Amino acid sequence: MKMAETFPFTIEQFYKFVSERKLMAAKCKKCGTMLLPPRPMCTKCFSSDLEWVELRNKGKLLTYTVIHVSSKQFESLIPYAVGIVELEDGPKLPGMIQDVEPEKISVGMSLEVDFDTTIPSEWPTWPRYFFKPS
Amino acid sequence: MGKPLATIVSAGLSKFGRREGLYGRELFAEAAKEAYDRCPNLIPKKDIKALFVGHMGESYEHQGHTGPTLADWAGLLPVQATRIENACASSGVALALGVSAVFSGMYDIVMVGGVEKMTHRTTSDVTEFLAMASDFPFEQWHGITFPGLYALMATAHMHRYGTTEEQMAMVAVKNHHNGALNPKAHMQKEVTLEKAMSSRVIAWPLKLYDCSLITDGASCLILTKPELAKKFTDTPVHIIGSGQASDAIGLYEREDITTLKAGKLAGQEAYNKAKVKPQDVDIAEVHDCFTIAEIIAYEDLGFCKPGKGGSLVEEGATEIGGKIPVNTSGGLKSKGHPVGATGVGQAYEIYLQLTGQAEKRQVEGAEIGLSHNVGGSGATATLHIYRRG
Repeated sequence: MKMAETFPFTIEQFYKFVSERKLMAAKCKKCGTMLLPPRPMCTKCFSSDLEWVELRNKGKLLTYTVIHVSSKQFESLIPYAVGIVELEDGPKLPGMIQDVEPEKISVGMSLEVDFDTTIPSEWPTWPRYFFKPS
Repeated sequence: MGKPLATIVSAGLSKFGRREGLYGRELFAEAAKEAYDRCPNLIPKKDIKALFVGHMGESYEHQGHTGPTLADWAGLLPVQATRIENACASSGVALALGVSAVFSGMYDIVMVGGVEKMTHRTTSDVTEFLAMASDFPFEQWHGITFPGLYALMATAHMHRYGTTEEQMAMVAVKNHHNGALNPKAHMQKEVTLEKAMSSRVIAWPLKLYDCSLITDGASCLILTKPELAKKFTDTPVHIIGSGQASDAIGLYEREDITTLKAGKLAGQEAYNKAKVKPQDVDIAEVHDCFTIAEIIAYEDLGFCKPGKGGSLVEEGATEIGGKIPVNTSGGLKSKGHPVGATGVGQAYEIYLQLTGQAEKRQVEGAEIGLSHNVGGSGATATLHIYRRG
């Protein structure tokens, strides 16, 4: 199967995978660099010989914050926690941390990725992933 | 010491603050007027050959194409005019380009500057516009605000180095003290440590007093070839170092979020060109969009070792009268942060300090100054080093 033709190495495709509850990254077949966000060319070795790989949904929290002032779109969620998670497979990913009281969040805690597959009606029609305690 | 790359012969700054009923271009004219008045031998229309202006967001005033617009309102038509957008480093980059244009011999005299009009919009609108300087599909899409990005850095810095919320608040107390001495500052009032610590949370651990002000303002400088400077002023300020670097737009993609690599690299480039070491610097204006950013800047610019930025402010080393006074203008924290105007606004303060015009906040005997301007969460940084002529 010609993967590159079926699944382009785009952000749009990353979110299509999210709608299927899959966390995917592009991997350079030449130098092994993991590309997240996925992109059309490896920025380490400039190869475009890439493949999609599914990542394990687990990682550790590198840092976090609790947002009290947001843009209009997120005002109904205030206060909400966001963080950066280092996935077991290496790449880092930012996102909301749900299902835990902000006071119980700590740097280094284990989190797993889950998915909200609701697709917005206007651009960008991307579903969202989020983190929760594992 | 390095040779001058370009020389500042005049500078102007609008009053920073809530400038109700004024449009950005009108603020730019106010800054330009001050620069012209300070430089009577200059014939702006004839002498100035190019204008580089920083302007971050057309959303604020529904106005793009600000290069020629500002050239018009500064009385410079039909000059070559270019708008630069590098988020909060827009006018730092305009300055770097102006220095390049003069140093290369392309033009003898150029104007650089910047403008932003922000206070007429709601906080949530401004939050949204500023967030556009971050990675949309992975940061904004997941609700991460601009203060949120710096809060992520702050949490990581606290966790690794033991930096405290009090130390961050001390940056605010210092910068408000300085801003109270600056008649052009947005907020000319002192704050206590208690007030800063008990202010409302914006993005934990950052509170209201850890955040810079949403401000209206404009700034400009007139740059010439060093050998022409004496024609226009008896008190030139030479730019002897200029550096700029980029990093990933997404904070999450960086190797280490307790430092801004672009800031470090821009600093190294400027220090090398200027042949100056961090300990030679007498005064600095650094990008304190959030208090943690000033602490990280101390470390990235070599004023202290990594992780010691919190202690540096606690010891008072960065106060006026300290070993290395930082943000004598009040900084973005108290002077204000009209994003597109900020980089050149910092250069304006260094210009005042090195020409002995900083009045109540004057650092006696200052000869070498530095300005450090960051865009977004650190995807752009520029650094300039100045020497009294």
